[in-house]
Amino acid sequence: MDYPLIVDLFFVLLSVLAVVSGWRVFCTDSMVRASFFLLVSFIAVGLIMILLAAQYLGVAMFFMMAVEMMVMALFMVMFMMNPAGLNPMMMVHQHRFAIVAGAVSFVVLAAVALLAEFPDSPLPADLDPVTSLGNELLGDSMLIFESAGIVLLTTMIGVVVLSSHRGRFGAAEEGSMPPGLAPGGEPAGMPKESDEGGGHHHHHCH
Amino acid sequence: MTLTTLLLLAAALIGIGVYGALSQQSFVMLMMGLELILNGVMLAAVAFWALSGAGVPEGQLLTIVVMAVMAIEMAMGFALVVAVFRTNQADVTEGITELKH
Repeated sequence: MDYPLIVDLFFVLLSVLAVVSGWRVFCTDSMVRASFFLLVSFIAVGLIMILLAAQYLGVAMFFMMAVEMMVMALFMVMFMMNPAGLNPMMMVHQHRFAIVAGAVSFVVLAAVALLAEFPDSPLPADLDPVTSLGNELLGDSMLIFESAGIVLLTTMIGVVVLSSHRGRFGAAEEGSMPPGLAPGGEPAGMPKESDEGGGHHHHHCH
Repeated sequence: MTLTTLLLLAAALIGIGVYGALSQQSFVMLMMGLELILNGVMLAAVAFWALSGAGVPEGQLLTIVVMAVMAIEMAMGFALVVAVFRTNQADVTEGITELKH
């Protein structure tokens, strides 16, 4: 399929932008700047998707990545050392192995791209990509789509469990202590402790 | 813009992502490497859909699924960062070497 010259020009510019900003993610001093470089890389790929007529996916990419990278920048400021890039940063391990692994994966995938024979069947002229995606999501592939939703819900629950400071019956690090049936009463549903070495304080309320 | 050039771009993004995921010590930088890998995967999926798959809707669906995977990876990754930071005060992978044993 032949694209007009302007599309090819945009594609070259966006590819360079995607690769260069993707590379800068790992060699900038500031972790916040790294997350914005990653955002630039994602937006360039989203624009290439729009050039390929996948408008919905390209725009979804913008929305998702803008929010995701903001969260990432926030986490950088909260948890990481040196978020502002005031000092030089080079926090790497197994550096040579990582470079070799990255280069090998690029060479193998590039060899597939250059040497393999793929069928040349472009989009039909009368295809509306957004309508076709919508019909697929709420039609034949509804089970996959809904399963993705359930998995996302499960993820939300798992994330709350993992990051929550306290569980239902007390702080996450301590043994759980169910509340009493009456206010200040004995913990409900706990077996009676007969040995004095048990160390459970029944009247300790949280 | 041909299928070959698009796949080469995807390969470059995946290669950079592999380097980042393997080399970075900080958890969040490591996750950025994983995100770049998925970025390349999504680009390759859309390229195949548009230029080699005659626009079958399953191609776009695959990209949506990869996007969901990306969201799950981010959310679980950050939750694990919070949990590890709370117990070990660790923000680099070397801080949790007891997982090796």
